Amino acid sequence: MTRHVPIRDTATADPMIVMADVEKWYGGFKALSAINLSVRRGERIVLCGPSGSGKSTLIRCINRLEVYQKGEIRVGGTRLDDDGHSIDAVRREVGMVFQHFNLFPHMTVLQNCMLAPMRALKLSRREAEETAQRLLDRVRILEQADKYPAQLSGGQQQRVAIARALCMRPSVMLFDEPTSALDPEMVKEVLDTMIGLAEEGMTMICVTHEMGFARQVADRVIFMADGSIVEEAPPDTFFTQPRHERTRKFLGEILRPH
Amino acid sequence: MGLGEFLFLLTGLKWTVALSAIGFVCGAIGGLAIALMRTSGMRPLERLAAGYIALFQGTPLLMQLFVVYYGLALVGLRLSAWVAVSIGFTLHASAYLGEIWRGSIEAVPRGQSEAASALNLKYVSRMKDVVLPQAIRISLPATIGFLVQLIKGTSLASIVGFTELARAGNIVSNQIFQPLLVFGIVGILYFLMCWPLSLYGSHLERRFAVASR
Ligand SMILES: Nc1ncnc2c1ncn2[C@@H]1O[C@H](COP(=O)(O)OP(=O)(O)OP(=O)(O)O)[C@@H](O)[C@H]1O
Ligand SMILES: [Mg+2]
Repeated sequence: MTRHVPIRDTATADPMIVMADVEKWYGGFKALSAINLSVRRGERIVLCGPSGSGKSTLIRCINRLEVYQKGEIRVGGTRLDDDGHSIDAVRREVGMVFQHFNLFPHMTVLQNCMLAPMRALKLSRREAEETAQRLLDRVRILEQADKYPAQLSGGQQQRVAIARALCMRPSVMLFDEPTSALDPEMVKEVLDTMIGLAEEGMTMICVTHEMGFARQVADRVIFMADGSIVEEAPPDTFFTQPRHERTRKFLGEILRPH
Repeated sequence: MGLGEFLFLLTGLKWTVALSAIGFVCGAIGGLAIALMRTSGMRPLERLAAGYIALFQGTPLLMQLFVVYYGLALVGLRLSAWVAVSIGFTLHASAYLGEIWRGSIEAVPRGQSEAASALNLKYVSRMKDVVLPQAIRISLPATIGFLVQLIKGTSLASIVGFTELARAGNIVSNQIFQPLLVFGIVGILYFLMCWPLSLYGSHLERRFAVASR
């Protein structure tokens, strides 16, 4: 496969996200253990692993949808803790896209995109509307702006969800299996939107099993199992010379032709 | 029955409507507070709200009215029947609406408030703009059902001497000795208030069932 997205020299850039020895428990169950991860500005990470390995938990800790018990997370220089200011500062930087879109069903597409900029960024209605229209145009769905989410296809809803997150001008985007709830024919339109974002230099962490996307876009692929990071490598190395037995087994299952 | 008696019944009807409206509006404010406490994630607040709901759902409305009317008089607070029953119905409705709305808030998918949090919306906006509009929609059939119960329940206010529709009927009946006619009319008046609401409630419920299919 050809590489559309150029690899930039990210080694010199400052880290956008740092996770140091992060541990997360759900009651007595350890969902993340000793997570160490550093993501540079502009870097594109693909996170994969079997179901229940902690992928969602990991990225949800980054914007504080989950609390962690040990270690430290820094986003754009802010240390994330219980303090409301740090949560606010981190969430300003981080946008998120969910598997099931989570659009607000009682609002139109445009209203979905305007709410947070007006409330959290205190933009005027006009500014919020301009931003929303610009970003809806960018995900090529501006003509649906006055529809309600239920009137759109899954692929369209997910593109709206991406536009909604972008309206907050994040410097990092988290994607949690953005295409796995979609019918196959809609996967491409969402992946293309994500590739477009990557080309513009967005820092991205994507939980996905779309290995074509990983090959094309990722600077690094990370494989998780049982709450730990097992292996990480650039996609070429990751797919051709996986070092760990578990990675090989996982890749064997996921790349096996259906 | 003459025009005077009928007008007296209508005066009773007016107080029934007024008492229902006050109980419902003030109860909605109290109920919202109870529902928000109950879903706050803060243990002491949740316990307090749960206790309040249990107390008022676990005792008869009649007893609650007695306690407010005579109980407050015992501690030196002499309230008019009007104020006492208003307080009684407000407390009662707060508990029931609080419980209905707690359920509706919890029925809004968790992903909704997560998406709102991820967009850096704070609690007030998360509730006001995202969760409550959806919760209210979900709760409408049950809320209207409760309003119907509340309207009929106002007849209990006659016990502490408040002249609403049922007591007005009683008074008229004792004057003209035509209980069947008088209470027939009283019944029709209640029916005309409650039946359209019930219809509307089940209409919403059906529309909801279709929408969520
Ligand atoms: N709220 C919760 N309470 C208790 N356990 C949880 C909770 N959320 C997740 N877990 C557990 O934590 C582990 C990791 O979950 P997580 O959702 O992060 O996995 P995942 O890698 O995203 O899996 P999938 O591919 O199925 O989405 C799982 O074993 C899961 O059962
Ligand atoms: Mg997951």
